[in-house]
Amino acid sequence: MKHVIYRNLTSKILSFGFIFFLTFSISINAQEETAEAAGDPVNGKSLFNANCAACHRLNKPMTGPALANVEQRLYEEEGLDREWLNKWIRNSAGLISSGDAYANKVYNEWNQVAMNAFPQLSDQDISDILAYTAAPPPAPAVAETAVAEQAGGAQGGISNEIILGALAVLFGLLAMALIVVKRTLNRFAEAKGIPVVEEDEKRLPLWKAFVQNQFLVLVTSIFFLLGSAYFVYGYLMQVGVDQGYEPVQPIHYSHRIHAGENGIDCKYCHSSARVSKHSGIPSLNICMNCHKAIGQVAEATQQEGINEYGVDYNAEIQKLYKAVGWDESTQSYTGETSPVEWIRIHNLPDLAYFNHAQHVSVAGVECQTCHGPVEEMEIMYQHAPLTMGWCINCHRETNVNVQDNGYYAKIHEELSKKYGVEQLTAAQMGGLECGKCHY
Amino acid sequence: MSSNKKYWKSVEELNENSSIVETLQQNEFVEEIPTDEFLGDKASLESSSTSRRDFLKYVGFSTAAASLAACEGPVIKSIPYVVQPKEIIPGVANYYATTIADGYDFASILVKTREGRPIKIENNTDAATNGMANARVHASILGLYDSLRVKAPMKEGSEISWDTFMSETTSKLDAIKAEGKEIAILTQTFASPSTRNLIADFKEVFTNVRHVEYDAISESKTLAAFQAKYGERAMANYDFSKASTIVSVGADFLGDWQGGGYESGYAKNRIPANGKMSRHIQFEANMSLSGANADMRVPMTVAEQKLALAKLYSYVTGSAVGGSLPEALDKAVRSAASEISKAGSNAVVVTGLQDVNAQTVVLELNEYLKSKAFDPKTTVKTRRGDDNQVMRLIKDMKAGKVAAIIMAGVNPMYTLPNSSDFAEGLKKTELSIAFSMKEDETASECQYIAATPHYLESWGDYEFKKGHYSVMQPTIRPLFDTKQFQEVLMGWTANEQTYRDYIKQIWSEDILNGESFNKAVQDGVFVSSYDEMGAYDILDGNNSEAEDSEEVPSGNAARALAASSKSNGMELILYPKVGMGDGQQANNPWLQEFPDPITRTSWDNYLTVSKSDADAMGLVNENVANGGLNGSYANVTVNGTTVSNVPVIIQPGQAKGTVGLAFGYGKTKGLKEEMQTGVNAYPLYQNFSSVQNVSIEKASGMHEFACVQLHNTLMGRGDIIKETTLEIFNTKDKEYWNAVPKVSKDHIETPVTSPDVDIWDSFDRSIGHHFNLSIDLNACTGCGACVIACHAENNVPVVGKSEMRRSRDMHWLRIDRYYSSQESFEGDNEKKDNISGLSSSLSEFGEMENPADNPQVAFQPVMCQHCNHAPCETVCPVAATVHSRQGQNHMAYNRCVGTRYCANNCPYKVRRFNWFLYNKNDEFDYYMNDDLGRMVLNPDVTVRSRGVMEKCSFCIQKTQKTILDAKRAGRPVEDGEFQTACSAACGNGAMVFGDINDKSSKIAELKEDDRAYHLLEHVGTKPNVVYQTKVRNTAKA
Repeated sequence: MKHVIYRNLTSKILSFGFIFFLTFSISINAQEETAEAAGDPVNGKSLFNANCAACHRLNKPMTGPALANVEQRLYEEEGLDREWLNKWIRNSAGLISSGDAYANKVYNEWNQVAMNAFPQLSDQDISDILAYTAAPPPAPAVAETAVAEQAGGAQGGISNEIILGALAVLFGLLAMALIVVKRTLNRFAEAKGIPVVEEDEKRLPLWKAFVQNQFLVLVTSIFFLLGSAYFVYGYLMQVGVDQGYEPVQPIHYSHRIHAGENGIDCKYCHSSARVSKHSGIPSLNICMNCHKAIGQVAEATQQEGINEYGVDYNAEIQKLYKAVGWDESTQSYTGETSPVEWIRIHNLPDLAYFNHAQHVSVAGVECQTCHGPVEEMEIMYQHAPLTMGWCINCHRETNVNVQDNGYYAKIHEELSKKYGVEQLTAAQMGGLECGKCHY
Repeated sequence: MSSNKKYWKSVEELNENSSIVETLQQNEFVEEIPTDEFLGDKASLESSSTSRRDFLKYVGFSTAAASLAACEGPVIKSIPYVVQPKEIIPGVANYYATTIADGYDFASILVKTREGRPIKIENNTDAATNGMANARVHASILGLYDSLRVKAPMKEGSEISWDTFMSETTSKLDAIKAEGKEIAILTQTFASPSTRNLIADFKEVFTNVRHVEYDAISESKTLAAFQAKYGERAMANYDFSKASTIVSVGADFLGDWQGGGYESGYAKNRIPANGKMSRHIQFEANMSLSGANADMRVPMTVAEQKLALAKLYSYVTGSAVGGSLPEALDKAVRSAASEISKAGSNAVVVTGLQDVNAQTVVLELNEYLKSKAFDPKTTVKTRRGDDNQVMRLIKDMKAGKVAAIIMAGVNPMYTLPNSSDFAEGLKKTELSIAFSMKEDETASECQYIAATPHYLESWGDYEFKKGHYSVMQPTIRPLFDTKQFQEVLMGWTANEQTYRDYIKQIWSEDILNGESFNKAVQDGVFVSSYDEMGAYDILDGNNSEAEDSEEVPSGNAARALAASSKSNGMELILYPKVGMGDGQQANNPWLQEFPDPITRTSWDNYLTVSKSDADAMGLVNENVANGGLNGSYANVTVNGTTVSNVPVIIQPGQAKGTVGLAFGYGKTKGLKEEMQTGVNAYPLYQNFSSVQNVSIEKASGMHEFACVQLHNTLMGRGDIIKETTLEIFNTKDKEYWNAVPKVSKDHIETPVTSPDVDIWDSFDRSIGHHFNLSIDLNACTGCGACVIACHAENNVPVVGKSEMRRSRDMHWLRIDRYYSSQESFEGDNEKKDNISGLSSSLSEFGEMENPADNPQVAFQPVMCQHCNHAPCETVCPVAATVHSRQGQNHMAYNRCVGTRYCANNCPYKVRRFNWFLYNKNDEFDYYMNDDLGRMVLNPDVTVRSRGVMEKCSFCIQKTQKTILDAKRAGRPVEDGEFQTACSAACGNGAMVFGDINDKSSKIAELKEDDRAYHLLEHVGTKPNVVYQTKVRNTAKA
């Protein structure tokens, strides 16, 4: 747990550093650009992200073509100037219907997907955006900083050891002090002529004395037996309990990035948890809702993945594309699919019936209550023991969520009167009965 | 003081000089134990690679390895959809309305699917007019997952592709057409507008085509009689809920009579309301479900039935007919006639006699009575087979006149009495194609097998009754490479549409009248007014209006009927069993294991013989020491055709001089070896007459039956099935006919329901839900749909014949059937009460074990009674069975250690023990032993393992689901929402389930009903299952 928190801290420091550096570097670039194209790439970036990023990327084709240096390329390759670009951006459909040759060519090349019209963009806005597209990507520099920050982050992680080291030194000093004190006392005694009692040579060795003392032997062996029984019991009780089970999955899927950093609601992907007994592993088409557009992670995230988790996130996204049959170059499905064989982590035995809808929709239990801090898990693991004792404890302690639920109105009123409580627990509601979960 | 007596063990010891005694004193064993043989053989011991020590090592190692391996959980994979279909949410069931129409069973149903797999059949409550799903329909889902299905089209035993099939057959058909030869299509009754049109198209394309419809169990005579009178080849519809007096002459209308589906209407009027219920008089030979439910049952031979029907006609209408009945029977007929006359238009007469005259008499009689229950306008179309055409076809085939035969939905090689003639004819055809799901007797003889999909994978449209339509839609993608008959017809006629589009087109042109097709598909049913019928019905003649029925009919039919009645010797009555029907589903283990409602015997058909006939012929039934029923064998001969070694069951109520034998058994092809049970009765079905003159001779040997109820009578224990008559019910107090049993406490008679005489403290169940199930013994016809529904819902295993014989059946719900030992159950009670003294009790109780010749019959569904003070719970050493606040007795399988103490302590004997592992076990090679069959399992219910006890749970998975749905919607549960599998399957309304704490609910009302009682109430178990006292309408007119 602690480690996880630090890891999170690290990533925060990292991202902060990254943003700081980016701002800095861009501002430098911006200064250079201003001289040339009179556009503000900083503003351009935010405009780009707001308006264009849904379909365009700088260096890779997406729904629309890659836009790095688009103005320059257009001018050099097609002889089209800013005027044409302005028209295209503000009303591409108009340009196409006007019969413009290159406009029609682009339209047809890109599967006749019409580009949205952006009449709200001013000339200055377009200049800014184009300035941003013309700016060289600042990636390499970021990598360096990331590494630098990494070192910094690592130092933070060592602090535990420092404290321990300090403590060790402290204990060492204490021990030395004690030895010194003893020696001094001895010296005093010598000086005063008090005889220091030396150990009796003939005294029995400690173990023999111990063995001869039957009472002690008895007590010790009882203690020893109890102790081993405790451990044996402990061992046996964990048989079949897979708390902490963290199998290697066919795709390295990071809940930390999705649920944590991006804050995607659990039930966006695990939607059946609302209505069904199964939370459901999302089908790949759910992934593609976002990953159609996100073919690569941010550079910083990519570096973080390589350095911290030894995983190439972009390669993992490629695995998804392969499974779902998505061809990035043509931005279309090939139809060749190969379902992902995830390894199931939470394996409730078949004899136990558990219903997600009851807990998620009716009781309003947070997913994290049972599944732990999923938003911090790089790889999903089993947080709870999933034992019957664990279920029952929760049922004993948790109050039934009766707020605005017409089903509970009558039964809760009568039952709470009977038990003399304000709020009924799940157990009082009958949540401990065998047949509620075993049938 | 010790005595000097010397005990001797054998006479030999008395002989002092016996050498034997001497030897025996020296040696413990008479024969030497051959230890040296295996220990002395040093060579083989040494040559063995496994020494004793090695052996112990291996044992030790494997034990350790096994226990270590058990500590490690297996890796379980979870594979989501790539693209999840919108309508599928894992864990949530979807329901689709569809239709079963296999030529024998026709019903509109709902199909429950989970993750795209159909797992259960339920009633389509919107389809009130089309009857309810019976046991066979409920079980039909297993046919989808039958591992013996034909998986692709086949040509002479090897699989081919559909392309090959289509090109080869098309060219052959074209060649036959070019030569001008005849093509015959032999099909089941489809009752499908689109199929009829497709066949008409086919006729148009291939010109010389003959279409013959064929029902394995024929209603040809009924159809002929109706056609002669009304001009349409169909059957009259009956609504028994409108009849106050029902007289049936040999019609098992609660079974499969004229297509079946009449029981729910019948049951409605059987529940006494406002002091009234219908009166049902049955004249019959075999003991049928209808006879068992009748208020008055008169056993008589078929010859007598014919005469009785004619006489009945004569007594009601006043026109004279000849012939005379024995006096007792005549009296019964006379009284029935007077009751009919009294009831007037509220009476209805039906007959199951396969005789044109008999059917005509009934039509005339009902018309004469202006019976409200009789409806000749909404004609029933679920049987169309024509015996004469079938016979002519076989004759022509034998003569080589038929060049090609295409068969769909029929298995004539199995179901025809003259199947050898058919086989001969089949060989003379140039092209033979069987559309079949199985390599059955017929398909395996044909050149081509066109693999057809199960009905749950198919499209279809049906008209069960005039104007009452039903739609079949697929609920799963075809599991195998199959094509429907209709699709192939469309291929042959070069129709490019899909069959669904074709149905849609036909429907929007002729049927829907502007209504939405999608809505019809969603509802599964569509009712149009039959006045507005289109002209699609090519085969139907014009419908002449019913004649004016004011005048008394001529009575010619009745006179002809009376004249045709002649008895010579023993009569054999062939009948379809409730569980097996015409035998299409013989490979269905649920149906094989389903105990017949009357005989309570499973995995067999048998000759039912009356006691006196059996005695005369020396046929016996005996219960043997291991608790099984054994019966003699008999050879049954009709017109020189002998079916040998037919096991015999002595059937109380069987008319003397008659025997019965069920269709549907003795199949040999296309089914697993375990299911090849019984004997084939079709060879005896000569000339499609279900009544045959027969000679019976005893054969050697005894047959081992798997009968689950050996004790046939109640022996006067009237508190198990409480009964009264309508008269007493109407006039006397509840105390008189449904008294709560009393016990003496401090010399004061106290009702057992009083807390004062209870040794248990009561638990307060007044808060929340408290489930109760009410079973109305008046409405229960014993049809057994609930038994199969329970099977499907709760993953109840099939145990097979030999285990059934050992009474190790696993049915959570059984339907007990009791016969009275006197004329009536009341007589039993009286006799028991009058027994006094040891000698009379010994003999008279002995007598009471035997059912009467014509007993009263009562059915009683029994499942776990969910006692509030359950005897099973107190004896469980591990608390595996405990009670809930909601009134359900829970059974935690994983906690059960299998002491079976609970089963011993259960007064109702409803607990079932898993003696073996019934899934994935080759010893029990039924549907749970193959991957395909296991697809039918309900994922919400644990599949039990060996060594645990199980029992009815009141379908807790269903009540929990209902509660959760209400919670999610934030509303209270409404009455009628709570259902168990059995209550949902009961189309008769005999089973009502619900929450008695909901005071407005139907169940709360039923629990307080005067008729309500608990089973074995005096035991004080306070069950949550309530029975409603059976009321018999024995009033004499």
